[in-house]
Amino acid sequence: MNMILIALVTLFCGGVLALVFNRSSRWATILGAGSAVVGCLVGLWPAFQGLLGGGVYSFRMPWAVPGGEFYIRLDALSGFFLIPVFGLSALASVFGGNYLLAYRDRKRLGASWFFFNFFVASMALVVVARQAVLFMVAWEIMSLAAFFLVTFEHEKKDVRVAGWIYLIASHLGAAFLLAMFLLLGRASGSLDFDTFPVPGSIAGAVIFLLALIGFGTKAGLVPLHVWLPEAHPAAPSHVSALMSGVMIKLGLYGLLRVLIFLGPPAAWWGPMLVVIGFSGAVLGISFALCQRDLKRALAYSSIENMGLIVLALGLGIWGLTGHHPIVAALGFSGAFLHIWNHSLMKSLMFLGAGSVMHGAGGRDMERLGGLMKRMPHTGGAIVLGAVAISALPPLNGFVSEWLIYMALLYGGLEFSGGGSVVMLLGVGVLALVGAMALLCFVRWVGIVLLGEPRSEEARHAHESSRWMTLPLAVLAGLCVLTALFPGVLVTSFAGVINEVFGFSLEPLQQAMTDSSALTVLSGVNAVIWALLGLVALFSIRARRRGGVAEDSTWSCGYLAPLSSMQYTGQSFSEMMVSRLFLRSFRPKMRVVATQAVFPVAGKMTTSYPDTVSRVVYQPMFTWLAGHFARMRWLQQGKIQFYMLYFVVVLLFAFAWQVVRHWLHYE
Amino acid sequence: MNKFIDPILVLVLLLNFVVLGASRMRTLIQAVALQGILLGILIALAHGSLMVWVALMALVTILLKGVVIPRMLFDAIRDVVIRREVEPLVGFIASLFLGAVGTGLALLFSQTLPIARSDMGSLIVPAALSTVLTGFLMLTTRTKAITQVVGYLILENGVFIFGMLLMEAIPFLVELGVLLDLFVAIFVMGIIIHKISREFSSVSTRMLSELKE
Repeated sequence: MNMILIALVTLFCGGVLALVFNRSSRWATILGAGSAVVGCLVGLWPAFQGLLGGGVYSFRMPWAVPGGEFYIRLDALSGFFLIPVFGLSALASVFGGNYLLAYRDRKRLGASWFFFNFFVASMALVVVARQAVLFMVAWEIMSLAAFFLVTFEHEKKDVRVAGWIYLIASHLGAAFLLAMFLLLGRASGSLDFDTFPVPGSIAGAVIFLLALIGFGTKAGLVPLHVWLPEAHPAAPSHVSALMSGVMIKLGLYGLLRVLIFLGPPAAWWGPMLVVIGFSGAVLGISFALCQRDLKRALAYSSIENMGLIVLALGLGIWGLTGHHPIVAALGFSGAFLHIWNHSLMKSLMFLGAGSVMHGAGGRDMERLGGLMKRMPHTGGAIVLGAVAISALPPLNGFVSEWLIYMALLYGGLEFSGGGSVVMLLGVGVLALVGAMALLCFVRWVGIVLLGEPRSEEARHAHESSRWMTLPLAVLAGLCVLTALFPGVLVTSFAGVINEVFGFSLEPLQQAMTDSSALTVLSGVNAVIWALLGLVALFSIRARRRGGVAEDSTWSCGYLAPLSSMQYTGQSFSEMMVSRLFLRSFRPKMRVVATQAVFPVAGKMTTSYPDTVSRVVYQPMFTWLAGHFARMRWLQQGKIQFYMLYFVVVLLFAFAWQVVRHWLHYE
Repeated sequence: MNKFIDPILVLVLLLNFVVLGASRMRTLIQAVALQGILLGILIALAHGSLMVWVALMALVTILLKGVVIPRMLFDAIRDVVIRREVEPLVGFIASLFLGAVGTGLALLFSQTLPIARSDMGSLIVPAALSTVLTGFLMLTTRTKAITQVVGYLILENGVFIFGMLLMEAIPFLVELGVLLDLFVAIFVMGIIIHKISREFSSVSTRMLSELKE
C-alpha cells in the first residue's frame, strides 16, 4: 500500500469535511485537526523509510492537464524534508486546535482548517512530486493556502497588507520557477523530473540563478526576504510555526532538487551561496534585535538561520568544487542538521509565542513581562528553545553551528589565497552573528518572561491548556535528543548528501571522526545535562526541606519599584542598535520636542523599517507603478475596445503562423 | 455525405455577411438562428451514420441554437423595449468589407495550418475562422448589449464548426458540455441586459465605461 497517498487523501478529505462542518466550531476543529494528525502520522512511516533508503514509493497516474502527469516518488531527499512536514504539522495541528478555539465566537473555523489541511498536504506533495506541472500546482496550492491562513484575521488592516505582500512575493518567485522548468524541460521535451538532461554550462548557470531567485524568495534569502517579517507575525501562531519551521525550508528543498538536475556544481556557486548566507545571517539577526513584536523578532531570526543554512550549503559546494572533502562533508552535514534543528527550534519558539499571546493577550514585548511565574510550562519550553536557537552548548543549535564553524576553520586552513581569507574572516562574522543572536534571545526571554508585568493583561496571564503545552514539551524533548545524538542523525543524512551531491559515505564518516568530534560534543552535552539534572535534584530537595523564603527581587534601593522602571525591550538593545549599527540599519526615531516654557506633552515615535524594503523595493515598485500608469489609456472602459485587444492578439497569432509557414517553405 | 458539407458551410459563410449587414435586430437574430439550425444539420451529415447520440446531439444543437436562444433574445427585445435598430460603431458597408477581408485571410491562413491531408480540401477551417472573426467584429463594432450577445453566439458557432474536425476525437459529452456552457452564458447575459437597462435606463454598453475605476 502506498501510505503517502493515504496520508495525502486523509488530509484533503479532512480539510473538505472541516469545511462541510463549518457551522460548528467544535466539529470543524475535531475533523480538521484530527485528520491532520492522523494523516501526518500515517505519512511519517514512509518518510522515515525514504530517508533511510528503505522502500521506494512510486506512483504514476495519467492526468488530463496538458503536459502534466500525476507522478510521485519518494527518495532520500524527499524523506528528509517529509519528516519535518509531517512531524511538525501533527504537533502544530494539536496546538492550533486549542489555539483557534479562542476565536470561536467571532469566526467560523472550518475555512481555516480547510486551508490548514490543504497547506500540509500540498507541502507533502511538493516534496514528493516528480513532474514539473504537478510540482508547480502543489507549489501554488501551498502558497495560496498559506495566504488564506495568514489572512485569518483579515478584519485587521496590517494583516491584509501582510497578506498582499506575501502573495505578490510568492507569485513573483513562482514566475522564475516556471521559466526555470521550461528551460530544464526544453532539451528533452518532457517535464518529467527523471528525464531532465544535465544542461550545458551556460544553461546551467541560468537555471541555477532562476532557481536561486525563485526558491530563494520562498526560503527568505536576503534580499528576497521582505515578505517574511510581514507574513509570519500576521498568521495564527501554529501557522507561523509551520511557515517558518517547514514552508521556508521547502525553498531549500527546491534548490537542492534542482542541484541534482544540474549535475556537478560550477566553481562560483559555492562562494555565491556563502556570501548570500553571510548577508542573510547578519541582516536577519540585526533586525531581529530591535523588534518589539515577539513574532516579528522570530521571523527575522528565521532569516538569520536560513542564512546560516545557505552558508553551510555554500561551504559544502565550495569544498566539493575545490576538492576538499573534509570541508564539503562538514558543510553539508552542518547544513542538513541545521535544517532539522531550525525546524524544531523555530516551531518551538513560534508555538511558545502563540501560547504567550493566548495567555497574556498580545505580542507587543513592551506590554508583557513576568510570565515565567504565571506560565511556567510555556516559559520553561521557551527558555529551552531560546538556548537552542542562540546556539548555546547543551542544545542542538550549538551542534549544527559547531559543524559550520569547523567547516570554516578547515576551509581557512586548507584553501589557498582569497578563499582562505574569506573563510577565516567568516569565523569572525559567524561569531558576531552568534553574539547578536544571544543578545536578541536574552532580550526576548528576559523582557517577556522575567521582571514584572508591564500591563494588566500580562498581570492576569494564565497558563495555556495541556493541548497547547504538550506540543511544546514534545518539541523541547526533540531538541534535547538531537543535541545528545547528533552523530546518529548525521550518519542517517549520508544517503541524502550522496543523492544530491554524489558525495559518497566514506569520506563523510572519515571527516566526521577526524575533524568534528561529534561524539565528544554529544558527550559534553550529556555531561552538562547530567549536571543540570543534579542541580535540579538538589534544588527540589532544598525546597522539600522548606528552606526557601519568597521575597521581592532586589530593587536597587528603591522603596517602591514600578514596572516601568524595568528595562524595556528597546532600552535593552539600545547600545547595539542605536550606536553600533550602520546608519541605514538604525531605527527611525522622530521626536517632537517641546518649545513651551511650561511643561507640555511631547511625542516620540520609533519605527523599524526593513532597510532592504525601504531602499530597494519601495523605490522600485513606485518607479514601476509610475511607468505602468502610462498604460492607463489601454483601459478605456468600453467592452468593444477590450474585444478589439482580443482580435489584435488573434490576428497577430494568425500572422505569426503564416510567416512561419512561409519561412519554412522558402 | 461529404459533398453536402461544403454547400452548407457556404450558406453559413453567407449568413455571416447577412449578420454584418443587418440593420434590424429581428433580421440579425433570425440569421443567427438559421446559422444554428444549419450547424445542427451539419453535425448529422458530418457523421454519416445516424447513431442515437449523433441524432441527439444534432437535435439538442438545433433546439438550443435555433429555437431556445433566439426565443430568449426576442423576449429580451420585447421585455426591455429595445429599439429595433442595430447601432454600429463602424458602418454596415465598412463592416461588410472587413468581413470580406477577414474571410479572405481565413482562406489564406487555413492553407498554412498543419492539418491532416483529408481535411485540407474542405471548407471547414476557413468557415470556422471566418465565423470567429465575424463574431469578433460584432463584439467590437456594435454598441448594444444584445448585439454583444449575438456576437458571442456567432463566435461560439465558429468554434463549433472547428469542432467538426475533431468529431471523432472529442467525446459527445464534451460537446454537450460546451453547449451547456453557451446556454448558461447567454442566460447570464440576458440577466445582465436586464440589469443594465434597469440601472442606466438604456441597454447600450456605452454607459458601462462609467464603471471603469
